[in-house]
Amino acid sequence: MKHYQAVVIGAGCAGLGAAIALKEKGIQDVVILEKDDESGGILNQCIHNGFGLTTFKEQLSGPAFAERFEDQAEILGVELKTGTMVTKLNPDKTVEYVNPQEGYVTISANAIILAVGCYERSRGAVEIPGERPAGIYTAGQAQRYLNIDGYMVGKRVFILGSGDIGLIMARRMTLEGAKVLGVAELMPYSNGLPRNMKQCLEDFNIPLYLSHTVTRVYGHDRLNKVEIAEVGADQKPIANTEKTFDVDTLLLSVGLIPENHLGDDAGIVMDPHTRGPIVDEDYMTSIEGVFAAGNGLNVHDLADFAAHQGGKAGERAAWYIQNGKRKETTVHTVAGENVGYVVPGILHTAALPPVIEFYFRVRKPLHASTIVIRSGERVIRTIEKDHMIPSEMENVILTGKQLDGLSEDLVIEVKEE
Amino acid sequence: METKKLVCVNCPKGCNITVTLELGKIVDIQGYTCDKGKKYAAQETICPMRVLTSTVKVENASLRVLPVITEAEIPLNLCDQAMEQIRRLNVKAPITVNDIIVKDFLGTGVNLIASRSVKASKIES
Repeated sequence: MKHYQAVVIGAGCAGLGAAIALKEKGIQDVVILEKDDESGGILNQCIHNGFGLTTFKEQLSGPAFAERFEDQAEILGVELKTGTMVTKLNPDKTVEYVNPQEGYVTISANAIILAVGCYERSRGAVEIPGERPAGIYTAGQAQRYLNIDGYMVGKRVFILGSGDIGLIMARRMTLEGAKVLGVAELMPYSNGLPRNMKQCLEDFNIPLYLSHTVTRVYGHDRLNKVEIAEVGADQKPIANTEKTFDVDTLLLSVGLIPENHLGDDAGIVMDPHTRGPIVDEDYMTSIEGVFAAGNGLNVHDLADFAAHQGGKAGERAAWYIQNGKRKETTVHTVAGENVGYVVPGILHTAALPPVIEFYFRVRKPLHASTIVIRSGERVIRTIEKDHMIPSEMENVILTGKQLDGLSEDLVIEVKEE
Repeated sequence: METKKLVCVNCPKGCNITVTLELGKIVDIQGYTCDKGKKYAAQETICPMRVLTSTVKVENASLRVLPVITEAEIPLNLCDQAMEQIRRLNVKAPITVNDIIVKDFLGTGVNLIASRSVKASKIES
C-alpha cells in the first residue's frame, strides 16, 4: 500500500489552500484527490468577480482565483490526481479511491484533510408540492450548465431563495437573454450579500418577494407555471395570497450543506448545526489525524475564507505530522444567545496554538449589539458591533494565552443593546 | 431639485445615502459614513459602473466556453451592447489567463480578458 504523509480530499480552494500550507510547512509528499477532471472546484463555474479581495488584495473571477492556487500548488510540487473518486475513508487513516488510470487503490496517510465542499439543498429538501416536470434545477447546477458546458437551462425563470448563487444566476441568465420574473425568499430579509441584491436584482428590475415561498409547481413534461404565496411569522403560506408566474424554469437557491458522506461512514462525529464535523482548534475531527476545512466543515460566504481555513488546517495538520499526537484536556464551545453555531467545537486547553480563529453566524439580523465570549462567568472578550446578519459569517481571533487553562465551556453569545 | 436614495454596497452596514441633484449636477450627499460610500454614491448617481463577466465560445479545447471579464468597470448601460458583442466572439485555445480577448472593449478603454487558462486539445504544427 502506498503511503503519503498527507492526503487532501478535494481540490477546491480549501483543498488547494491546505496542500500549499502542508508543503510550505515542510511536508514532503502531499497528494490531492479530486473527482472532477480538473482542479479548482466550484470556483471554475463562478465566473463572476469579487474573489481574492482578502487573499490577493484584488478582485478576480472565480477561475482566475483558483488558478493562483493551482499555480502555487504546482510550483511547490503537490501531486494532483484528477478524475479520482474517493469511495471510502477509514478510521485507520486509509483512503480508497478509484480512477481510470489506476483502478481501485487504497493508500494510507499520516494525516488526511477533508476539503470536500458542500452540496445544494434540492427540491426534495424543501418539499414543493406538484408534479415532477423538467426545468427545476438548483442554482449551482444551472450555473455549471451555463458557465462550463455552455447551455442555457431556460428562457423564463423564477428563483426560490435569495442566496448569493441564486442572485448571481438571476443576473447571469438575464444577461444571456432569459427573463427572470422574480425571486421569492421565505425569510423577511434577504439572504444574499447587499452587493448582490443591488447588482443582480435591482440593476435588472427583478422583483424580490420577501416572506414568500413557492407553494406549487405545474407542468407535466416541462415546468410551465409556479405558484408563490406569502408566509406568516410561522413560515406557513397564507391563504389567498397566491400569485402565479408562467415560467419554464425554477432555480433553487435554498442553502448549502457540508458534503460529509465520507466522514459519516468513517464515524466522524458531526455538529448538528453546521452539519460538518466537530473539530478542535487544530481543525482535527473526532478521528485522530483526520482534519476538515472549507465548506465541508462550515459553509463560508467567500471563497477567500474557505481557502484561508484550508491553509490553517494544512498548517495544523503539518504540525500534527511533525509533532505527533492528540492533546488532552478539552472544553467544548457553545453557541449561546443569538448564535447559530461555533467552529471549532472543541478546544484542547492544555496545549493551544498561539492563535485560534472562531467562526460563527448570528441567527437573525442584529443592530447595535455586543459579542460576548466567556467561560463560565469569566468574560474573555467583548466586541461591539453596529450590524450583524446571518448571511455574513463572523470571525473572531483569540490568542491561545487568552484561553489557557480554561476549565469551563467557552460560550459565544450576542447581546442586543 | 431632485433627490436619489440608495443603499451603499461597500460593506454590510448598508448606509442609506441620499444624493441631491440640481440640473443633473450633484449638490449634496448625505448619510454616508466613509469616503468609499461617498464616492460610490456619486458614481452610482451619475453613471453606475459594473464589472461584466460572461463566456465566449472556445475552439480546440476540452471546454466549450471560456469565461471572460472586463478588466475594470464599464458603464452599466453598456452591458446589453457588450453582451451582443460577446455572443458573436469565437476564440481558439490555447489561452492564458488575462489574455486580451477584445482590446478597448466598446471604446471604454477597458479590455475584455480571459478569466482562466485553457489548454489546446491538439497542438497545431
